[in-house]
Amino acid sequence: MNAEAAVQVADLRVTAPGLTGGQVMVVDAVSFAIGRGEVAALIGESGSGKTTIALSLMGYARGGCRISAATLRVGGTDVLGLSRRALARFRGRHVCYIAQSAAAAFNPARRIMAQVIEGALIHGLMKREAAEAKAITLFRALQLPEPERIGSRFPHQVSGGQLQRLLAAMALITDPELLILDEPTTALDVTTQIEVLRAFKRVVRERRVTALYVSHDLAVVAQIADHIIVLRNGRMQEEAATARLLAAPAHEYTASLLAAAEPALRAAPAQTARPLLEIAGIVAGYGRPGNSGLPPVPVLHGIDLAIRPGSAFGVVGESGCGKSTLARVVAGLLPPARGMIRLEGETLAGAAASRTREQLRRIQIVFQMPDTALNPARTVARIIARPLVFYHGLSGAAARQRSAELLELVHLPPSLVARYPGELSGGQKQRVNLARALAAEPSLVLCDEVTSALDTVVGAAILDLLTELREKLGLSYLFISHDLATVRALCDEVMVLYAGRSVERGSRDTLLRRPLHPYSDLLLSSVPELRPGWLETAPSAPAGIGRVVGMLDGCPFFPRCGARISDLCAQEKPPLRHLAKGAEIACHRTEEQLLSLQPDTGAAKLLPLATASTS
Amino acid sequence: MNEAAPATHRRVRLGVHLSLAGLFGTIVVGGWILVALAAPALAQHGEAQIVSGTVFGPMSRRFPLGTDYLGRDVLSLILYGARYTIGLALAATALAALCGITLGTLAAASGGAFDGVLSRSMDTLISLPGLMFALVMVAALGASVPVLVGTAAVIYTPGAFRIARSVAVDINAMEFVLVARARGEKTHTIMIEEILPNMVLPVLTDFGLRFVFIVLLLSSLSFLGLGIQPPAADWGSLVRENIQGLGYGAPAVIMPAVAIATLTIGVNLMIDGFGGRRRRLFADER
Amino acid sequence: MRNKVVMRLIGARIGANVLLLLAISLLVFLGTELLPGNVAEIVLGQGATLEAVAGLSAAMHLNQPAALRYLIWLGGLVSGNLGQSLVNGDSVAALIASRLPNSLLLAGLTALVSVPAALALGITAAIWRGTLYDRVVSVVTIASVSVPEFLVATLAVLIFAVRLHWLPALAYFDGTDSLSGLIRVFALPVATLSFAIVAQMARMTRAALVNTLESSYVEMAVLKGTPPARVVLWHALPNAVGPIANAIALSLSFLLGGIIIVETIFDYPGLARLMVDAVSTRDMPLIQACAMLFCTFYLLLVLFADIAAILSNPRLRLR
Ligand SMILES: Nc1ncnc2c1ncn2[C@@H]1O[C@H](COP(=O)(O)OP(=O)(O)OP(=O)(O)O)[C@@H](O)[C@H]1O
Ligand code: SF4
Ligand SMILES: [Mg+2]
Repeated sequence: MNAEAAVQVADLRVTAPGLTGGQVMVVDAVSFAIGRGEVAALIGESGSGKTTIALSLMGYARGGCRISAATLRVGGTDVLGLSRRALARFRGRHVCYIAQSAAAAFNPARRIMAQVIEGALIHGLMKREAAEAKAITLFRALQLPEPERIGSRFPHQVSGGQLQRLLAAMALITDPELLILDEPTTALDVTTQIEVLRAFKRVVRERRVTALYVSHDLAVVAQIADHIIVLRNGRMQEEAATARLLAAPAHEYTASLLAAAEPALRAAPAQTARPLLEIAGIVAGYGRPGNSGLPPVPVLHGIDLAIRPGSAFGVVGESGCGKSTLARVVAGLLPPARGMIRLEGETLAGAAASRTREQLRRIQIVFQMPDTALNPARTVARIIARPLVFYHGLSGAAARQRSAELLELVHLPPSLVARYPGELSGGQKQRVNLARALAAEPSLVLCDEVTSALDTVVGAAILDLLTELREKLGLSYLFISHDLATVRALCDEVMVLYAGRSVERGSRDTLLRRPLHPYSDLLLSSVPELRPGWLETAPSAPAGIGRVVGMLDGCPFFPRCGARISDLCAQEKPPLRHLAKGAEIACHRTEEQLLSLQPDTGAAKLLPLATASTS
Repeated sequence: MNEAAPATHRRVRLGVHLSLAGLFGTIVVGGWILVALAAPALAQHGEAQIVSGTVFGPMSRRFPLGTDYLGRDVLSLILYGARYTIGLALAATALAALCGITLGTLAAASGGAFDGVLSRSMDTLISLPGLMFALVMVAALGASVPVLVGTAAVIYTPGAFRIARSVAVDINAMEFVLVARARGEKTHTIMIEEILPNMVLPVLTDFGLRFVFIVLLLSSLSFLGLGIQPPAADWGSLVRENIQGLGYGAPAVIMPAVAIATLTIGVNLMIDGFGGRRRRLFADER
Repeated sequence: MRNKVVMRLIGARIGANVLLLLAISLLVFLGTELLPGNVAEIVLGQGATLEAVAGLSAAMHLNQPAALRYLIWLGGLVSGNLGQSLVNGDSVAALIASRLPNSLLLAGLTALVSVPAALALGITAAIWRGTLYDRVVSVVTIASVSVPEFLVATLAVLIFAVRLHWLPALAYFDGTDSLSGLIRVFALPVATLSFAIVAQMARMTRAALVNTLESSYVEMAVLKGTPPARVVLWHALPNAVGPIANAIALSLSFLLGGIIIVETIFDYPGLARLMVDAVSTRDMPLIQACAMLFCTFYLLLVLFADIAAILSNPRLRLR
């Protein structure tokens, strides 16, 4: 092992108290080293022990866990040999930590600056003025807006991406020997992630920081790490230099991770028939409707779409753009303020309570969080039996028979029926979830982020299942996701949603061809690629110009758009344009203008935007 | 398939997971309930039987807890008093819990104006200081058993309502309830099938707490002479009747009060003993 | 702009409390309406002539519809005209005025003792959570909240007055005593009242703090090397101000129950005993006035807690 290494770990083990009283091995026999100035990455699925390993480098174990190791040295310090007091002096000075959710990691009741420099003051490294000056330098290096003033704000007054960068400043203030980044961009939208990632990479390289980067996302890690350690169930699977690991994974598990990172396109049966589901002019939102009949918090502003029988319709967009709201409207959980919903030509009532049982049966919904989508107090048998009774009047042996068939359909063993949801894994829960929806024998299944809470490999298996079920049963899907790659893998048609408006709609192939709506373009080019060096060539979004006053009717994307036309876009509703590639976009720019702004290289991957042409 | 299931052992549903203190509390409470049920069989002397010439007698072999202001056996009085103290409080608690849970779950499941009006009214009721409200009611209606039980139930219904509603609102926002709603289930089916089974633990805990409050409230009323009326006597009344014995340090004053304390402390320890499991309800149990 | 938001929130709270008080007054009024029989008969006793009853009924507006009587009563409340005692014809306002200061003194002294004690207990238990100290505090406080006040009071009297003769069993306070005399007089009642309240408040304070101690930003602070005391005081405490203020208000409202018992046991000439006596004699105007006073006191406490919570939250203070 490298004697000069900044971090040396040999035979690290972490045990946690088990439910039945024994000890459970969470991390088992992990050894690695990180050289000075190097960035190492820990990669693995949730529950693989990434965070536990990272925290044990600080001598910190969560609730009741115990750490042991043959060697655990950071910058010459034997971490496990430190007393409680010495640990407190060590943490935050020699090793610093950047947590997954910056929003949770900042104390809401204290100003940002006080929290950023707290480490330096506690450890007596600098005077307050010096620390503040250094913080401002770091803010600038991290490309935060208003570096002199941002520190005097409270955490709720800055955005998530900015908070994540402020957290980095907090960690770097003491010039630690080791910086731990624990999924620092996972909670961010892709378009924000790219900026944060870039800022991180810059400071890490400029300051020659030794870092351990923890992530589940190979593509992100590929941009920043020198070498990668692959973990599974607390054990190391493989360790290799980044380029080598990506090019020639030695371990089978690494190969499956690589395969799942870029989902293959699933075949789509093309059918032309009259639409199964049609919605037009949907306006919906939350809160008690006002005099105009419009809700005080409008979320969807006039959505149209049509889903053909047997096809999958994808809806993609960033968090909060109204994707789930759309699913709720279709399911009858949120009656729309305006617009109509038609199922095979039959107009549906807005509220589920006013629809017929037959109409309800034909549309089923499957939710994102497997943990909360199943009633924890009911067995799998009872969960699946309920729709059988409700829609088909099946009971007793007939229901048991049908339940077994349904479990088989989603590839679950029949023995699972006696279990409670708490006794299933995430992927299994999601399959039960699907089985419950299929029990109704629906024509349309609304899938709201059904793979987002799952690990990549498990998520890919669910996508395969969805494809298989569609072929077998002729189902249609309204498939909702924030992840463009997932949507493109499954769906025949895609709608890009921004701030509750459809900005682009077309077949999935059109999403690969330019010109694109400027937002689709940003979204598409922000998805990290496995290729190292992608980050450097990826386009950057123009700095947001903040809130635009008096912008009521204009394009919602105006503040972030690289192609905006100053007054026109802010004030007038963008017209619908039919592009030659077959898609429909809402933009003031003409096809030719967009094309010239987005030079098409002919590659599947698209190139940076030209600089904005605005004053 | 490559989805590993978590450890396959079954969790004991609603199983006993008590700490030592919790176990102790459970034994004490169980003991008192047995006493209340079997008082006539256990007591050596009748409720009104004067058995000794000495008033405020000390503890002795014959009268383990001494005698009271009339020369009755204090132990027997306490055994009989358990029926009133526990019985009345249980009745009032059950009534409060029934109203609170039904209304709370209904409010959460239906939402809208119904929820609004109900929540507002409960807020009003909850801001009445309990003992004082009881005093007003007793002044107006007299201290009969139905009035006492009813008053206690009215005072503690809003609390039960609040807890039940907030738990139910949390559950109601969960996706499995949305799925049921989208399936077209009726409100009452959703209440019974989806919401109530998940409320058992928090509601049971709350039931215990409310029982303690009601015991304390009814005893305080009796102590003030405004609770259950003679010849019936609960533990609070026993303290009041014998308050003159305080000067002599008579066990007749202290013992009934100690009995109340053991009961209420017992219930509290019991709740605390398995209160920790509440949080587990929706946690991933891996 | 920012302060406008806060002022609006506080204004809304105050408005809500005024409405609540109105609703309570209606309840209190209706409660006494349930009283069977004619008040005038009760006042005049069994031997009263019909004319006398009729005369008094008219004087007391008993012949008016209930709604009107409610308004008259409410008007009286607001203007300080609380009517007359049914028992001895004294002015209710005067009766209350003679007792209120005594009760306020008792409650004030109790708050002065119990709030700091409870905060100290709750905060230290939170800092050293999981230790033996914490467990002892937890069991002791559970026990104290479940013990009826009259047990504490009787035990205290038994030990300190009857056995040890250190303190007087009754709390007569004539205002001329020296400071040591004052302490002797108030020691037992205040200790009794504080007993349950301190326990209650300490438990809630600890719970509020532990709740915030479980958040990510506290873990983050630990990982920065922040010492435990600073973690609790600088990171957790500011975020727990709302719940703690609420705990204090709720616990102090427990005072209302306790004070009724304590004034009775120690024969203390306060408002609560006045009310208990009024209940025994069914002296309705007096009961109504006392009830309204207690409710107002309670609502004020809750209002202060709400305002503290609003002011301590930077999300509300600064948008
Ligand atoms: N019950 C609600 N009451 C009020 N506002 C809500 C409610 N649910 C959602 N919103 C708001 O509506 C907007 C759209 O929410 P929605 O859940 O549809 O977004 P989404 O696109 O599904 O986001 P995500 O990717 O995070 O799931 C958001 O601004 C959200 O804050
Ligand atoms: S309408 Fe204007 S602002 Fe909106 S996307 Fe098109 S160019 Fe950009
Ligand atoms: Mg969503």
